Amino acid sequence: MESIKDKIAIIGMGCCKFGENWNKGPEDMIIEAAYEAYEDAGIDPKDIQAAWLGTVGAHWIGMGGLALAEPLKLQGIPITRVENWCATGHEALRNASFAVACGMYDIAIAVGFEKLKDTGFPGLGVGRGMHPVMEMRRTAPSSFAFIATRYFHTYGLSLEEGKETIAKIAVKNHKNGSMHPKAHFQREITLEQAVKAPIIASPLGLFDCCGNSDGAAVAIITRADLAKKFRDDPIYIKGIGLSQNSMMPHFQPGFDWTGFEVTQTAAKQAYDQAGIKNPRKEIDLAVVHDCFTITELIIYEDLGFSPKGKAKEDVDAGTFALDGELPVNTDGGLKCFGHPVGASGLRMSYEIYKQLQGKGDKRQVKNAEIGLAHTLGGHPSVSCVMLYGNDRG
Amino acid sequence: MVGIKSYGAYIPISRMNRDIIGNAWGTRPIGGERSVANYDEDSLSMAVEAALNCLDGEDRQGVEGLFFASTTSPYKEKACSSIVATVADLSKNIWTSDFANSLRAGTSAMRTALNTIKSGEAKSIMVTAADCRLGTPRSVDEQTFGDGAAALLLGDSDVIATIEDVYSVSDDITDVWRTDQDTFVRSWEDRWVLVNGYTKNMKAAISGIMKKSGLTPKDFAKVVLYSPDARSHMDLAKSLGFDPKTQLQDPLITTVGNLGTAQPLVLLISALEEAKAGDKILLASYGDGSDVFIIRVTDAIEKAKNKRGVKRGVGLKMMLPSYQKYLAYRQLVSLPEEFIKLFPSASVMWRTQKWVLSCHGSKCKHCGLVSFPIQRVCFGCHSKDEFEEVRLSDKKGKVFTYSLDNLAGGVDPPTVQTIVESEEGGARIYCLMTDCNPKEVKVGLPVEMTFRRFHREGGFYNYFWKCRPAR
Repeated sequence: MESIKDKIAIIGMGCCKFGENWNKGPEDMIIEAAYEAYEDAGIDPKDIQAAWLGTVGAHWIGMGGLALAEPLKLQGIPITRVENWCATGHEALRNASFAVACGMYDIAIAVGFEKLKDTGFPGLGVGRGMHPVMEMRRTAPSSFAFIATRYFHTYGLSLEEGKETIAKIAVKNHKNGSMHPKAHFQREITLEQAVKAPIIASPLGLFDCCGNSDGAAVAIITRADLAKKFRDDPIYIKGIGLSQNSMMPHFQPGFDWTGFEVTQTAAKQAYDQAGIKNPRKEIDLAVVHDCFTITELIIYEDLGFSPKGKAKEDVDAGTFALDGELPVNTDGGLKCFGHPVGASGLRMSYEIYKQLQGKGDKRQVKNAEIGLAHTLGGHPSVSCVMLYGNDRG
Repeated sequence: MVGIKSYGAYIPISRMNRDIIGNAWGTRPIGGERSVANYDEDSLSMAVEAALNCLDGEDRQGVEGLFFASTTSPYKEKACSSIVATVADLSKNIWTSDFANSLRAGTSAMRTALNTIKSGEAKSIMVTAADCRLGTPRSVDEQTFGDGAAALLLGDSDVIATIEDVYSVSDDITDVWRTDQDTFVRSWEDRWVLVNGYTKNMKAAISGIMKKSGLTPKDFAKVVLYSPDARSHMDLAKSLGFDPKTQLQDPLITTVGNLGTAQPLVLLISALEEAKAGDKILLASYGDGSDVFIIRVTDAIEKAKNKRGVKRGVGLKMMLPSYQKYLAYRQLVSLPEEFIKLFPSASVMWRTQKWVLSCHGSKCKHCGLVSFPIQRVCFGCHSKDEFEEVRLSDKKGKVFTYSLDNLAGGVDPPTVQTIVESEEGGARIYCLMTDCNPKEVKVGLPVEMTFRRFHREGGFYNYFWKCRPAR
């Protein structure tokens, strides 16, 4: 089995302003992100040989690749639409990478977007699903509240201790998000605000939940050996891991609800490809799937940043703050940047890409060379981990 | 000897103090409390509860028929008896039938079952009766009515009580009715109803059976009379020569209300719970005539006394805090529309009936792992189609994790979502918790399964399992 390491380079990226984009359709957001990426890569739209589109919903404008072909007028080239829950944006980039790595195309584009704010509903929706009754009233917050309840129970955290721990993550991400002009939420919050916020799904309160946002993000990739023709500072893919478990872990015997095996297995795949032995020491920054604050806490452990059951100690020590040992969610994460589902994997990659190029602005992590982007989707059922580096090695 | 082999009753846990209704309308409360089916309950789900209580410890495969009696069937066309039988995990090769349109439907089902068994066609048949009738808002009916269900397993062996004699009268009188256009129960002038409907027919039927059997009021330990209210049955009993103080079964009007079709069966169970071997019980129902039964308690009565019956059901209660909740439970007010709905599919529900209705999980023959819903490929060892089905509906469990969700909508937020770990091989079941105080929910809380109505997308009722605190 070969590794993807150093075979693919990202030569251009774009990301529109995330948020409640009432006055923008999916096409507007895609156009803004794509033309930023074209300019960044220094290419013409005609140079693109193949495209991958990631979106979860988008029923209102049709499916397939047309949601991309139409606004960008990408006609006469193959466009594939992919969907893999919240890992959808990563999935577009992942599949584009394999096609370029095999030599079929030299330049490919990966696009992710979601338009959540045209549904009339503030959350992701209630009790959809594959069966007329089995997922009754399951919500995204409750699936992750199950984790919080069980984690607090298993590791002996009182409700107050648990809530304060995850609230610290919200405070950190709000601080980071306040420094990114494209983030949905750009204001800091206090610990007290986070702890005392109205309960959405106990024990998770309003500030434990990420934004439901509109957005689009784009990556343009080429083969690593061609990358320097386009720019001096391409970013290389060092590893890609993807993993799934049940559609409904809610019914899976033995599922422990204190961690995500999918994150652990996806991370292992990516670490093995990249040759990462000690993720906490070797990774310089990570942008992870903090759909809920409790999710980020668990992710620290699943990615091997903190020992199992000990993430609280690292949160208390500020390990993952912008000036900490291993900054996490430097752009505000899903919490503040927002979570337009299909765009998120690419938005995370956008932040890593900029940071590894030294373009992190006020959020710049010192000596950033290796970055990790992580998505987690389903209930939770699927995870993608991607590793990037600024040195081809 | 043909008679009653087992019984089970079900009274919904919610009670509404009648003062709440009186205060809501500025009318005089009639006193006491009434039972109120939860928002996720109906006559079918209550009949299931009673049936499962009745079947506890009984041989399900031996049951050769199931009848469902109600004036408030969720369906006008479609048999509820078949649904109850499937949920109760009975054999497919049985006779199911619905009895409807009369408060006598429950006793008519009893009489049909009795005759079928006597004829030798079947050895045991279960009769269920349930009602959830609506009194017009502000009416006395609204206060008097209650919701509940009963189940009796009739058979020709091991009976706790024999049915010695039966007698019926039929009389056409438009005293209490609902047309096919009505939501609420209607009635004619109450004195006329009492004199020419209830009293006249009950007297005719009871006198008839006394004459036929040669028995006198003194021969009965208990007389169980259908009671439209808290008083009328007393006057009736007195006029027939019974002593209301010692012989008359409490009709539970002050504690749960008039349970409609289910009432005669519920009160019979109540009488059986207090009966001793040799007691004779007179049971009389009412509705365009009357069905009367003479029942004699046998020595086997003691074995039934740990069943979930009426006493237990009356004792378990949670008070409904407001009249508005009652209106919401019965869908008498419009609540904000649910934004995202589950997709309905009759064919999917049919295809997955073994776990949706019968609550079967799969137990792997190789590694023993138990999964719910039924899995063709084992989570543990990947073996394919090598499992046996195991019933989880009668197994206890514990809350593994939970959340109280304010986003999930519904009639009665917060939605209590749980993952239950079943005592059957640790199977995991994601389910909503019902009939609970959200504050009592915690990891490790013992729970039991309960069958509930979920939604009516697609124009038909979708039912599935929930959990509730074990009681």
